[in-house]
Amino acid sequence: MKSPVRLERRLHQPKQLNWAIPLVSLLGALVVGALVLLATGKNPIDVYWRMLDRGFLSERALTGTLRTATPLAFTGLCATAAFRLGVINIGGEGQLYMGAVGASLVGLQMGGTAPVGVTIVVMVLAGMLFGAMYAGFVGMLRAQFNTSEIITSLMMNYLAGILLNYLIFNSTSYWRDPRSFGFPSGKPLEKRDFWPAYDVLGISIPFGLVLAALFAFVLWVIYKRSRLGFEVEVIADSPRAARYVGIRTKWTIIAVTAMSGALAGAGGASQVGDFAHYLDAKGLQLNGFGYTGIVVAALARLNPIGALFVAVLLGGLTNAGYSLQGPDFPSGLVGTLQGLILFCAVAGEILTKYRIRSNASAVTA
Amino acid sequence: MSGEGAGRWPAPFAFPQTLSTSVIWRADNGGHEGATMTNTAVHMTGVVKRFPGVVANDGVEFDVRKGEVHALLGENGAGKSTLSNILTGLYRPDEGTIELDGVPVSFASPKAALDAGIGMVHQHFRLVQPFTVAENVVLGNPQTPFTINAGDVNKQVAELALRFDMAVDPAARIWQLSVGEQQRVEILKVLHRGAQVLILDEPTAVLTPIEAEALFRTLRTMTAEGRTVIFISHKLDEVMSVSDRITVLRGGRTVGTVETKSTSARELASMMVGRSVEFNRVVRGRPGNPRDVVLSVQGVNGNDDRGRQALHNVNITVGRGEIVGVAGVAGNGQRELAEVIAGMRPATDGSVSVGGNTLPNGKARAAIAGGLAHVPEDRLHTGLAAGMSVEDNMALKTYRTPLLSRFGMLRRNAMTEQATELVTRYDVKTPDTATPVRLLSGGNVQKVLLSREFSTNPLVLVAASPTRGLDVGAIETVRNRLVEAADAGVGILLISEDLEEIMSLADRITVMYEGRIVADIPAANASREQIGMLMGGATLENAQ
Repeated sequence: MKSPVRLERRLHQPKQLNWAIPLVSLLGALVVGALVLLATGKNPIDVYWRMLDRGFLSERALTGTLRTATPLAFTGLCATAAFRLGVINIGGEGQLYMGAVGASLVGLQMGGTAPVGVTIVVMVLAGMLFGAMYAGFVGMLRAQFNTSEIITSLMMNYLAGILLNYLIFNSTSYWRDPRSFGFPSGKPLEKRDFWPAYDVLGISIPFGLVLAALFAFVLWVIYKRSRLGFEVEVIADSPRAARYVGIRTKWTIIAVTAMSGALAGAGGASQVGDFAHYLDAKGLQLNGFGYTGIVVAALARLNPIGALFVAVLLGGLTNAGYSLQGPDFPSGLVGTLQGLILFCAVAGEILTKYRIRSNASAVTA
Repeated sequence: MSGEGAGRWPAPFAFPQTLSTSVIWRADNGGHEGATMTNTAVHMTGVVKRFPGVVANDGVEFDVRKGEVHALLGENGAGKSTLSNILTGLYRPDEGTIELDGVPVSFASPKAALDAGIGMVHQHFRLVQPFTVAENVVLGNPQTPFTINAGDVNKQVAELALRFDMAVDPAARIWQLSVGEQQRVEILKVLHRGAQVLILDEPTAVLTPIEAEALFRTLRTMTAEGRTVIFISHKLDEVMSVSDRITVLRGGRTVGTVETKSTSARELASMMVGRSVEFNRVVRGRPGNPRDVVLSVQGVNGNDDRGRQALHNVNITVGRGEIVGVAGVAGNGQRELAEVIAGMRPATDGSVSVGGNTLPNGKARAAIAGGLAHVPEDRLHTGLAAGMSVEDNMALKTYRTPLLSRFGMLRRNAMTEQATELVTRYDVKTPDTATPVRLLSGGNVQKVLLSREFSTNPLVLVAASPTRGLDVGAIETVRNRLVEAADAGVGILLISEDLEEIMSLADRITVMYEGRIVADIPAANASREQIGMLMGGATLENAQ
């Protein structure tokens, strides 16, 4: 069995590939998508225009896109932070839930009493702390007992989901609104403690997204310029070299995993403060923010600033998808288009490391 | 015994193996005639391979006869690796033809080459660390059944090892093995696939003279079975004693192919480097002072990765400006000793002090701060982070100093300056300081490592196999650097399996055997035979 083409490893990776390949991948996705659309009797140009329009062109579209992008930016940064170290933390989902639990706890506690700004800052910190502790446990298991963080962080996602359901649906916890009859719901925050949104040219930018941008910058600085980032790079490149120069590998694994969890936790806080304004057990679990964050990090090639932009791109795609959906446009077709774009983007990644060579002239002895 | 691959290899292999049955290895007794008849195993003509910025092979001619040991000689960067990578299907040539048994071939992948009977034993091992020896050997062999019975496979591999005279425990896991033992697994792997042409890249680099002898016996068994061996090496003596013919490469071109019996080491050396090279014992400018102790290892016990005791009450001292050699067969505790001294591995008993200060046990950072430099056996993945840039690697030990970082932030400009300066001072050949270390040649990799270690102004340098796998020119450079450092007062503990190296550099020679120091003799009183016997387990009295 022989394929007509094969991959040959690139010895050098030209800088232009960093932007050329994503672009070509996107074009490829659009072409394949167009074939699918033609086959189902749709006009591809019309559909693409609608996607662009509903996702990115109008003020309303952009407001919705940024709203969807906010949690993805946080979870994308969460995955980026850990993956850089080679710790595959896929627990962004659970860490985000825990962040929401922590942030709503302090938000409800301080509600109305503390100055508005203080409440918001403390909510962010509480979300980060809860996320950090939840992830830190995973990091500790990995560092101390060499357990696979993939398994433990995944399992802990389910635990966190069960905890959310317990707090809102299966108990009369502090988080549950005693006034909610019929369908149980979380206790709402005081209106004045809702996180602000900034209006720029008619587009509403949630406070959480600004926060995510700040974190993206900080993370970028850490990995680009800091000693910690340098040590992370050494550990990821060669654990033995790290041991050789005396880097505290275990400590670094725990710290970075906790930092990763803190980023997802801040995303959870933003869900409470920016959008839901209560601990929304159902809404948090609906979209799989944590898992999409992994896709964000991968597409951004573990670049924190890139994660921000990818989150916006995915947010737009998601919203455009919702608006395309209708009696004449099944949701399956929307999913297909979104999937194609992601698939091509991920497949394009391999071309930065390898090049395609023809096998046509090869003869096997 | 599976993995014979007899069905895949064309019939002519039944040709009489007079050559390899002769007792004298380099047959002058007519055995050679058998090989010269018509039997060409591999024939490569006009092979050109270009990489961005370099022509690695520039019209190489290479002709190997069946049943011979053919040495491929050349400095690092001469194109040997590229040529063998082409022959094993890893690269495809830009120009030129390859014939196998007179049939033109073109390999699309290493698998295709392996299926055609060409197997490579790499210098950098390609083994699955957590697997056992036997599992690694049968892995990837299409004849291996889907489910394997550990007992059967172990037995099979043990038999194969016995047949080719190689001592290795099939049930041991790779990460537990010494480099020398890992190499045997690599050879077994290729043999198990039934390779008829074996390419060995620097196979003796990790071996002691005794182990090398054993390898040569193994090669003899192989040729006796009709297999062909291509032997890549820098070591002239070895090439002279093991090969039938020698092809010398220089700068990507074939300098020539000679019959071993009609050439000399001196002629080969000048073919190889394009000038005459002198091999002499290095003359020390200033002998060391053994009384002014800079490194003192006292009563050290330690365990290996398997948790078994690997070091038994080791005592070593190194004086200021002294070079102390630690000779021994690979896997006798040298790696553990180096790691304990460097703080990478905790000692279970005893102490290490540098410059009179006792180092905290198992703390690499404290050892570095205490004035200890360390060139580890595994350069690319322990001594360096191969995927990181020259610049980053140059800063690996000093990035925490105020010169290179402040308030937890790196001073990138200072790092670049430092790297640029070291690159110039130590003549490291690299396009720039941002190039990943893994793209540099072996000699330059070692230069990066050495220059960094010396840049910390150490009191003591522990160097493990510092010239292994380097070409003649690079070996010379590294040795000169070591001697210069010693002349400047650095105490050097030179751990090496290359007896030649220890004999020519050390002031004092210690021998390690089964985790113990079995001898400590002034180099002036030591003979090659004596050290060799001690390495093999003889007592000092017997060895004299």
